[in-house]
Amino acid sequence: MSNFALVDGNNFYVSCERVFNPKLEGKPVVVLSNNDGCAVARSAEVKALGVKMGTPWFQMKDLAQKHGIIALSSNYELYADLSNRMMGILGTYSPDQEIYSIDECFLSLDGFERYDLLDYGKEIRQTVKQWIGIPVCVGMGRSKTLAKLANHCAKKGLAGLEGVCDLNRLSADERSALFSKIPVNEIWGVGPNISRRLTERGIAHVESLRTADAKTLRREFSVVLERTMAELNGISCMSLEEAVPNKQQIMSSRSFGQYVYTLEPLGEAVASYIAIAAQKLRSQGSLAGMVQVYIRTNPHKENAPQYQRGLSIPLPEPTDDTLRLTAIARWGLKKIFRPGFAYQKAGVVLMNLRDTGTVQPDLFSKHRDNTRLMQVMDNINALWGRGTLHTAAEGVHKEWKMKREKKTPGFTTRWDQLPEVR
Amino acid sequence: MKLPLPLYSHVVRAGFPSPADDYVSEALDLNEHLISRQDATFFLRARGHSMMGAGIQDGDLLIVDRSLTPTHQSVVIALVDGEFTVKRLYKRADRIRLLSENPDFPPIEFQEGQELQIWGVAIHVIHSLRP
Repeated sequence: MSNFALVDGNNFYVSCERVFNPKLEGKPVVVLSNNDGCAVARSAEVKALGVKMGTPWFQMKDLAQKHGIIALSSNYELYADLSNRMMGILGTYSPDQEIYSIDECFLSLDGFERYDLLDYGKEIRQTVKQWIGIPVCVGMGRSKTLAKLANHCAKKGLAGLEGVCDLNRLSADERSALFSKIPVNEIWGVGPNISRRLTERGIAHVESLRTADAKTLRREFSVVLERTMAELNGISCMSLEEAVPNKQQIMSSRSFGQYVYTLEPLGEAVASYIAIAAQKLRSQGSLAGMVQVYIRTNPHKENAPQYQRGLSIPLPEPTDDTLRLTAIARWGLKKIFRPGFAYQKAGVVLMNLRDTGTVQPDLFSKHRDNTRLMQVMDNINALWGRGTLHTAAEGVHKEWKMKREKKTPGFTTRWDQLPEVR
Repeated sequence: MKLPLPLYSHVVRAGFPSPADDYVSEALDLNEHLISRQDATFFLRARGHSMMGAGIQDGDLLIVDRSLTPTHQSVVIALVDGEFTVKRLYKRADRIRLLSENPDFPPIEFQEGQELQIWGVAIHVIHSLRP
């Protein structure tokens, strides 16, 4: 029988900021999106003030003044670094791990029957909190959907203890009672549209969906929803790695005609591979949740020093935006690049693909800002040839900076910005 | 000579040949030598002179491991009034104190009920001989 855990960070970006600024503990903090636009993360104190996710910063200014809300620009370098550490630590708790987003991961609990899973969950929480200072919640269930639901319960205190919830500990009656209180839109994969349609048919809570008629669901909605229902009943339909059916990865890479020795041309190459991959991404109607970039020397060249390195970067939110993906890939490239090698090949992989339709649309991200731009770019490139319109990163050396006026230092990514201690 | 300190990169699942986390070359790796738990290890910059006696000078690099249990006599990074401080931990059954290694800095005592928050244990200090 399958068993899964879903571990995720609490208010992840805010928690990251608190790691190196302990004075922010207990204070109302928001982290703003690109260009300091909207609240992309809120501390518990800010949530208590009724501030919704995605509230534009300019709308919040009075409230901020009144309650001393501290606003910070996104420090993606910091969040990615702490995320990598978190995933590294969590990966030691199971032989099988699927990194789902920048702050969530699934762990397979197959074979853990003899463990006290509540204790195991507590140990995970304690270790992550001590080693990197990030508070997490752990949810466990027989399917990925149930594990996600359990995590929600742990987080909101609906079930479980101190941030850990193992749904298998509840009796069937207790589970039914619990599920009767949770609205259907809290289920993984049930977005606002589906949730509205379900509610119209009298299926407003998790329990009603769990006990609905499978055939009707498949006919009136989709096989995906029918599968969700099976998952709610403890039948695991999705293994690790398989977020949604028939999604693969999109790779784009090339060996170079001449060896490349410096960062700049590598950066241009990576940018052009991203452009190609992102266009494919958009044409299949997907968003990418992770970007991988890799470089390597020629393994067949005798006596030459060898170097090959890849880095996977989870994204704060899934996107199909070439500009965003390029920025992230180039950031990753800088991390793995070492001078003194003759690079023969570079490549990128877009991973953790999701359907544009199933991702709940974000109000504020670049994804939405640039949809029209991406469409225009794709149309022109289709008509006049690929590369007619391209990003500046691909070949013209230009400044490209987003406004991040309230960004905290690169505590874990810049030697000249390390946290100081007296 | 540059001594690169690579960032942690986890296993690649894409079909790309899995890159080793260590360099292929046989040169001695300072990372390996100094750091046991990369995920829990952070670099901090020391300021001031409170721990001169321990060999920690202003501007030195501290390698801090948050996975270690702070024991009596460890050099720890502690949180005092929300600020990071580096001190030697004095921890006995009846008494907890943070000691400096400089006569100009008095010990910090912790009373019954007061909570001492340890952020991590400093395991190495790197002092540069070049300005």
